[in-house]
Amino acid sequence: MPETIEDDRRDFLKCMAWAGTGALFAFAGGVPSSLGLDAAIAAPVRPKAAAASFSFLQLSDSHIGFNKPPNADARATFREAIAKVKALPVQPDFIIHTGDVSQLSRDDEFDDADQMLKEAGLPVFFVPGEHDMLDPDGGKAFLQRFGKGSKGAGWYSFDHKGVHFVALVNVADLKPGGMGNLGAEQLKWLAADLAGRHASTPIVVFAHIPLWTVYADWGWGTDDAAVALKLLARFGSVTVLNGHIHQITQKVEGRIAFHTARSTAFPQPAPGTAPSPGPLKVPAEQLHGMLGITDAIFVRGRERIALIDSTLSA
Amino acid sequence: MTKAFKILTFQASVLLAGVLMMSVAADMAKAVPAPAAAAVTIGNFTFKAPVVTVRPGTTVTWTNGDDIPHTVVSKDGVFKSKVLDTGDRFSFTFAKAGQFGYFCSLHPHMTGTIIVKA
Repeated sequence: MPETIEDDRRDFLKCMAWAGTGALFAFAGGVPSSLGLDAAIAAPVRPKAAAASFSFLQLSDSHIGFNKPPNADARATFREAIAKVKALPVQPDFIIHTGDVSQLSRDDEFDDADQMLKEAGLPVFFVPGEHDMLDPDGGKAFLQRFGKGSKGAGWYSFDHKGVHFVALVNVADLKPGGMGNLGAEQLKWLAADLAGRHASTPIVVFAHIPLWTVYADWGWGTDDAAVALKLLARFGSVTVLNGHIHQITQKVEGRIAFHTARSTAFPQPAPGTAPSPGPLKVPAEQLHGMLGITDAIFVRGRERIALIDSTLSA
Repeated sequence: MTKAFKILTFQASVLLAGVLMMSVAADMAKAVPAPAAAAVTIGNFTFKAPVVTVRPGTTVTWTNGDDIPHTVVSKDGVFKSKVLDTGDRFSFTFAKAGQFGYFCSLHPHMTGTIIVKA
């Protein structure tokens, strides 16, 4: 729909201006466009599309156990995020958690995250972040609890209502001087997993560290992501959801839409705007406006996923 | 106290001090230098002294000054800290000469090197 791109761009920018109350993104065939918040929320219940439409929810970087400025209690803000999920007008079919569930991979941190997530009453699919790999066995504690049935360091795939979901791990066996890393074994598995799938199958990939280079100086990228993206390039609709950087960024490359979610624990600075990527120490009254959740709404027939980011203060 | 007794006491003190000094000198002659130590602070997601040169036998101590956990992991498997939360320390004694590259396994863009030479 080339004739509408400019309008879409304008709407898109309008959406961006909603900072603090939530922003909305939609992707159609790889071309960024937008639709109104009302339309996005109403879409799944339109009679024509009702049968195959659904939504799922992304939570990220809960860092259960974090207790330093700007957030003395990451458990409390995670609980708020889950309450926000429960209050959504249309309940998602499931939750994905894109890693850094815990701060230090401690059993009590994993326990508390697990208990709080159970309150949502929804299935949850996890990938680990680097903070979830800190037990003496390098991630075993996380996998035993949240990665049952997964392969290797915790990767897997599943299908839901015609959409193929792929969970990738790019925080295991990191190389000195490098960024995120998928590794040869996982890439081989991914090639086999995608082989034979029809190019019209919508794909959602989720992993902790961004699968495109947001900022190399801070390690915000994945060294061998290009191999994975090449395997995904033939599909008509690919959505890549990441966390790790505790802020929203997005990019569209070909038919692949990339998006990073907010944390529920603490914000991090925009690339290069601080001496380090450490927690952004915002005043207490600003914190909730910088934490949030992402609601992903899939409307069958539109071949696009609308991503609605909303903050804990909204 | 008589003057004579004071002089005697003074002489005894000097003698004792002399004996102690000789004993220290003897220890030093055994070539056991005080343990050498070096420190590396972690801050702003960097090893503040990325290259440190020490003599064999030196104990290097890393201290995490960030409010995010880090690790200190040898590239060649020579040493590996557990996770260091804010203020936590990790020490390793480098017995042999060599060049020891290391990194943070959580944030692998953080790298450093300890050079050990006699």
